Amino acid sequence: MKLVTAIIKPFKLDDAREALSEIGVQGMTVTETKGFGRQKGHTELYRGAEYVVDFLPKIKLEVAVMDDKVDDVVSSISKAAGTGKIGDGKIFVSTLDQVVRIRTGETGDEAL
Amino acid sequence: MENNIFELQYAMDTFYFLVCGALVMWMAAGFAMLEAGLVRSKNTTEILTKNVALFAVASTMYMICGYDFMYGGGMFLSGVETVGNLDVAGALAASAENGFDGDSVYSGASDFFFQVVFVATAMSIVSGAVAERMKLWAFLAFAVVMTGLIYPMEGGWTWGGNSVFGLYELSYSDYAGSGIVHLAGAAAALAGVIILGPRKGKYTADGKVRAIPGANLPLATLGTFILWMGWFGFNGGSTLKLGGIAVANEVAYVFLNTNAAAAGGLIAALIVARILFGKADLTMALNGALAGLVAITAEPADPTALQATLIGAAGGALVVFAIITMDKIKIDDPVGAISVHGVVGIWGIFAVLITDADATFSGQLVGMLTIFVWVFVASLITWLVIKAIIGIRVSEDEEMEGVDISECGQEAYPEFTSSSGMSSTS
Repeated sequence: MKLVTAIIKPFKLDDAREALSEIGVQGMTVTETKGFGRQKGHTELYRGAEYVVDFLPKIKLEVAVMDDKVDDVVSSISKAAGTGKIGDGKIFVSTLDQVVRIRTGETGDEAL
Repeated sequence: MENNIFELQYAMDTFYFLVCGALVMWMAAGFAMLEAGLVRSKNTTEILTKNVALFAVASTMYMICGYDFMYGGGMFLSGVETVGNLDVAGALAASAENGFDGDSVYSGASDFFFQVVFVATAMSIVSGAVAERMKLWAFLAFAVVMTGLIYPMEGGWTWGGNSVFGLYELSYSDYAGSGIVHLAGAAAALAGVIILGPRKGKYTADGKVRAIPGANLPLATLGTFILWMGWFGFNGGSTLKLGGIAVANEVAYVFLNTNAAAAGGLIAALIVARILFGKADLTMALNGALAGLVAITAEPADPTALQATLIGAAGGALVVFAIITMDKIKIDDPVGAISVHGVVGIWGIFAVLITDADATFSGQLVGMLTIFVWVFVASLITWLVIKAIIGIRVSEDEEMEGVDISECGQEAYPEFTSSSGMSSTS
C-alpha cells in the first residue's frame, strides 16, 4: 500500500480529481497549503514597505492506493496537473504501514 | 396655525440632528470594519472589542461630565430638558423669535446626541494607531480620560466659545472638526504610539520597513464606504440647522462637497500610489478617500464642487507621503490614522483659508496649535500614568500569540487554520 502525495497548483485540482476518477481512484484528501521550489520568490509593496512572496498557494492531494496502481496514479496526476511552467509541483510516493477504514474496522487492502 | 410652523421648525431641526447623529454613529461601524480589515487575524477580536467599547465609554463619559466641560450642559446632563420638564411654551417663543433666521431652536437632547457621536469619532481614531500591541484595558482607561476631559476641553475652547484657561480666546474656524475632532484624535494617537513603540519586527535593525499586511481587505473597504456615508452626517449635521431655504441649500452643498472631496482624495491617492509603487494599492486608496473627507471637514460649505474635489485630492496625495514618512521616522501606525486624521487634519484647517474670507491664518494657526499641544501633552501624561500603573503594552509572547488570545481569549476566525510559520509577518 502506498501513499501518493502530490503538491499541485490550486487551479489544477479539478483536472487532477477528474483524471483520478477516470482510473478508478475512489477517495482522496485535499489540503490547502503553501510552498515553493527552486524558483526564487518575488517582492511586492504593501504601503511602501517591501515584502517577499516566497510561499505560493498550493494544493496537497493525498491518495492511498494499492502498489499496482501507483504508476497509473502518478502518471495521471502528472499529466492532469502539469502546465509546463515553473511551480507545477511534485509527487511523493511513500509506503503505508497500515490502513484502517474507521466505520467498518477493515484493514489493509480492503480499507483502500 | 402660525404656531404649527414654529413647532415644525423645532421638529425639523431636531430631526435633522438626530438623523445626522445616527449617521455619525454609523461611522463607528466604519472604523471598526476598517481597522479589523487592516490588522492581522490574530488581533481582530481585540480591535473590534476596543471599537465597540470605546463607543460605549465615550457615550457614557460625555454624558457624565464631558458635555458639561464642553458646553455647560450640566453634569449627567442636568441642564438638558427631559421629556418631563420640557418648556414647550419657551421653545415656541424662541422659535417664533429666530427659529428660521438665527440659530435654530431644537431639542437639547438632540444636541447632546449629535455631539456625543463626535466624541466617539475622535476617540476611535486612536484605536487604529495603537493596534496589535496595546493592552485593551489600558486603551479603555485612556478612553475614559480622552472622552471625559481632554476632548471636551478643546471642544469647549473652539465650538464651545470658552476662553483657553482664561488666557486667550480663539478665533478659529472649523465647521465640522478637521482640527477639533480629527487632529485631536491623531494627537492623542501620536502620543500613545510614541510611548508604545512599534510592533515587533516592523522595523529591522538595518533600517528596513517590513510589511505587515492586513487580514481582510473586504472589511477594510466596507469600513471605508461606511465612513464615507457616515461623513454626510458628520459634515452635514454640522450646519446645525435645516429649516430654511438658504440653510437647506447649504446643507445640500455640504453633502455634495463632502462626497467630492472623498472622490478627489481617493483618485489622488490611487494615482500617487501607482506612480510610487507601480501597482494600485487598495489600502492607500481607502486612506486617500478618508483623507479627502478629513481635508474638507473644516469648510465643506463654501468651496465649489471643483474646489472641494481639489482640496480632497491634495489631502489624498498628502496622505500617501505622510504614511511613508511615518514609517521612515519609525512611527508604526497600522492603519495610517495619524497620517489621515493628523497630517491631513492640519491641511484641512488651513484649507479653510482658500474659501472662507472671515478666517485668518493666525486664527487657524493658533487654533491648530492650541488643539494639538493640549491634546498631545494631556494624552502623553495620561498614557504615562496608565503605563506606570498597569502598563500599556502586552508582553512579547502575547504579541506573538496575538492579542485576541491575551486580551479577549477569543479568536476572530477560529475555524480558519492559522498560517503561522508560513508567512514572515505572522
